[in-house]
This record gives sequence, C-alpha cells and structure tokens, in this order.
Amino acid sequence: MALKTKTSTRIGVTVLGWGIALWLFFPIFWMILTSFKSEVQAISTPPKLFFMPTLSSYGEVFERASYWHFALNTVIVSVGATAIAIALAVPAAYSMAFLPSKRTRGTLLWMLSTRMLPPVGVLVPIYLLARNTHLLDTCTGLAIVDMLTNLPIIVWMLYTFFREVPAPILEAGRMDGATRWQEMTMVLLPLALPGIASTALLSLILCWNEAFWSLNLTSSHAAPLTAFIASFSSPEGLFFGKLSAASTLAVAPILVFGWISQKQLVRGLTFGAVK
Amino acid sequence: MQAVLEHSPPAGATALNQTKARGKRTGLLLLSPSVLLLLVWSIVPLVMTLWYSVQNYNLVDPTLHGFAGIDNYWYLLTDPDFLHSLLNTFVLVAGVLIISVGGGTLLAVLYDQEFFGRGIARIMVISPFFIMPTVSALLWKNLMLHPIYGVYSAMMRAVGLTPIDWLARFPLLTVMMIVAWEWLPFAVLILLTAVQSLDGEQREAARMDGAGPIARFRYIILPHLGRAISVVVMIETIYLLTIFAEISVTTAGGPGVASTNLAYLIYSRALLQFDVGGASAGGVVAIIIANIVAIFLVRAVARNLEA
Repeated sequence: MALKTKTSTRIGVTVLGWGIALWLFFPIFWMILTSFKSEVQAISTPPKLFFMPTLSSYGEVFERASYWHFALNTVIVSVGATAIAIALAVPAAYSMAFLPSKRTRGTLLWMLSTRMLPPVGVLVPIYLLARNTHLLDTCTGLAIVDMLTNLPIIVWMLYTFFREVPAPILEAGRMDGATRWQEMTMVLLPLALPGIASTALLSLILCWNEAFWSLNLTSSHAAPLTAFIASFSSPEGLFFGKLSAASTLAVAPILVFGWISQKQLVRGLTFGAVK
Repeated sequence: MQAVLEHSPPAGATALNQTKARGKRTGLLLLSPSVLLLLVWSIVPLVMTLWYSVQNYNLVDPTLHGFAGIDNYWYLLTDPDFLHSLLNTFVLVAGVLIISVGGGTLLAVLYDQEFFGRGIARIMVISPFFIMPTVSALLWKNLMLHPIYGVYSAMMRAVGLTPIDWLARFPLLTVMMIVAWEWLPFAVLILLTAVQSLDGEQREAARMDGAGPIARFRYIILPHLGRAISVVVMIETIYLLTIFAEISVTTAGGPGVASTNLAYLIYSRALLQFDVGGASAGGVVAIIIANIVAIFLVRAVARNLEA
C-alpha cells in the first residue's frame, strides 16, 4: 500500500515537473522552431509543428542587418564593463572583508542603495552628459554606465565570497613576507576564483540583456543586440520568421553560456546567503 | 607573535597599533576608487536632475526657458496620468513578486524531488532568465499572444473559444505575466539552492515523527528559506521598479496609460515630448519613491543576511 502511493506520487511528480518545464520553455522552443520556417509557414493557421526547415529567414536577417556589428558591440560592452567592474571591486571587497572598519557595513549598504536609483530618474542628465562628452552612441560610454550600475552588486558579492576565505591563511602569507599586492594576487585570488567567476558570469548576463541604457544611449554606431532586436519589432511585426531568426541570434550565445555555467552561476546569485 | 607580545607588551602594542593604522590607510586606499566613482555616479546626475526639475527646459522649444519653481512638480503631481502610472508601478512590482516568490517556492520544492530527467527539466525552467527583455516581450507579443497567428490563440480556437487580444484587453496583466515569466526562473534558481542546502536528516526526522508533506513544508522548509526569499525580493524589486523594455516593446504604455509605469511615463516625457524639466521632476519623484522602498528593503535584507 505504502509502496503504491509512493509510485503514484513519483509519477505525479514526474508529470508535473516535466509539464511545467515544457510550458515555461515552450516560448523559447517555439522561437527557435519558427526561425527555421519560411514566412508563409510561420503564420500558417493552425501553427505547424512539422515542416521542411529552411534557413531563408536567417539569410534575410544577415542580409538586412549586420548582425556581427551588433553582436560585437554587445561583447565589447559586456566584457569591458565586467572586466573594469571586477578590477575595481576586488580591492574594495578585499578592504571590506579583511580590513573592516566601523563604517564598512554602512558603506556596503550605501553602495547597494545607489543601485536602487531608478535609471529613468537620471536619464536626462546622463543623456546630456554623454552627449556633451561625446560618449553618446559609443561602446565606451555604454560600458561605463553598465559598469557603474553593476558595481555595487559585484562589490557585495565579492565581499561575501572573500569573507568565506579564512583570514589566518592570508596572515600566514604576510608572516612569510608577502606584500598586500602579493597577498591579494597570489593567495586570495586563487582561493576566491570560483566566487569571482560566478560574479563575472552574472555581470556578463546582466550587461548582455541590459535594455534601458543601450536603447537610450546608442543609436547606430555602438548599438548592441538589444537595439538590433528592437529594430525588428515594429516594422517587422508580422514577419515571424525573420523576427524569430533575429531573436534566436540575439539570445543564443548568452543562453548557451547560461546553460553551461548555471551551476557556477547559482553560487554567485545566492550572495553566499544560502550555502 | 604571541611570544613577542608576552615579552615586551608596550613595544608589541605600539607595533600592533602601527600595523592597524597602516591597515586602515590601506583599506581606505583600496576602497576609495569604487566609493568615489559611485559617489560621483549617484550625486552628479541627482543634482543635475534636481536643477532641471525646477527649470523650464524643452528641447524643441528653446524660447521657453528660465526658473520654473515648482511648476514642473505641480503639473506632474496634478496629472492623472502620474497617479495612474504610480499605481501601475506598484501593481507590477507586487504582482510579479507574488507570482515569482510564491511560484518559485513551490517549484523549488517540486524540482527538489527526484524524478526522471530532472536535470534537463531544471535547465528548461531557468532558461527564460537568460533571455533579454526585448526578445521575451517580442516573443510573447507576436508568437504566443498574437490574436490571429499566436500559438495561444490557435489553442483557444482549437477548443472552441474565441481568441483574446491579450495586450489590447488586459495590457497591464499581460505585461505582468511576461515579466513574471522572466523572473520566476530567477526565484526558482535561488530558492532551489536553498531547499537543497536543507539538512536531509532534519527532514527525515520530521517525516519519522509523522509530519505530513504540508506540515514539513510549513515548519521546516519555509522557515529555512527566509534569507533566500529576502535576496530574491531585494534583487527583483530593484529591477521591477524600473521595468521598461517589456512595456516599450509590447504596448508602448497604452492603450492610453493603461500599462504605463513611472519609468515609462518619464521616458515618454523626456525622449518623446522633449520636456526635460517635466521629465526631471518625474525623475526626482521616482528617486524619492525608490529610496523609500530601498530603506525598508535594505533594512530587512541586511537583518536577514547578517543573521
């Protein structure tokens, strides 16, 4: 009897688990599927699940918009913003974790609170500042803004990781005559590398998908993939095949990247709050 | 170190003090680049926004300029659109938080169970988190919910119902669903890790004592999730207060202002109507609201994280 309920529970859990997973994943699956349809197949009613796949939509997308230009901008901005933010955050987090003062906690909370400034609240001044410094529509400008919006979260995440590194190990290094620089680069960084990696991963994903600043601060030269997609939205509304192909191209790199790194990412996302 | 201190306490203490003082300086030095940048980043735009908000400043009408006093605020606060968008902002944040935290907790428990192909199912569930907001908005607007060609409409027709033009009839609710689809996976990702970190023995003991699944969920799993939930709530609120791309792509705030939140209202004032003064006043209000929320959130989360 007991065994029977267990079996039926297990079947129920399997069905429910797969059912919800398929339902949540369905839009992504359908997007990829539609990207291999011709425009006629894409809007056929009822929608077709089986069809002759074609690459015509991809061909037209590549012909119309220079995908690689947008993709390269996204990569430059995401990687650049992440690299600078990590370089700034490591010393700050080190200082907070190993040289704490009375103000450390307050500083950390203040940093986090700057992240809560709604970007739209400062859109006008940032836009005008960028225009006056000729950073409007440049990768540099967008990377700086992305870097500053993510910096507080990166500092906090690194801080929680560094705190897990036992201080005696660092002190032992210093006893052996290591300078602070050596201590940081040769003792701390290797120990905290998994944490730094997951922080960088999260930052990359956030930068890759950032839409507000990239839509408002770029127009053509530095436009990243978020703008590439937005340009396919209104006039191409009914060209589902092209729209799907462009969307798939825009999300595929970060989606695959996310799948590969999800275990590592979880560590970073949980802020060390859940061990 | 210990020995040195014992033999000559005064000298050792001075040395220690010196090290401490040097440590303090180094700490400050290492911290300063980040702090200075964030200080500039948070104060300069804020001061500029405050300045513009009391000016008559319209990019298409240069004849109109000079000190405006509280006019911009007055126009904004007495504008019914403003109250409407404020309400929409809170409905969106609250709705998505309830769906993602509530649903996320249940799904975390579900995907904690052993079943066939669990690893793949989990990856499918968290995938929407990696999709950029513009793409997910377009996906839902066209491929899923389009009244004629959308898959959901086809399904409704297949069972004999009339398809609904979701974005036209229930704009705010539909935007909320799209945003929830993006953020539910994030909640699952974090809460699942928290559930898995729960001590297996503790759960087993509760089961032995005859606690049913609901009692185990209520008294063992839920209390354990407190910290993780507060992390989810904080990060999501930061992003949800300023939802922009989803609205811009799907409804452009409409019909009317039915799906306009504060972020979108300010955007349309600034970049569509070129009213820098009015948009800045909106920005100041948005910053004040965000700070009120932030004070509560940071306090709650800080308490939870320090524990």
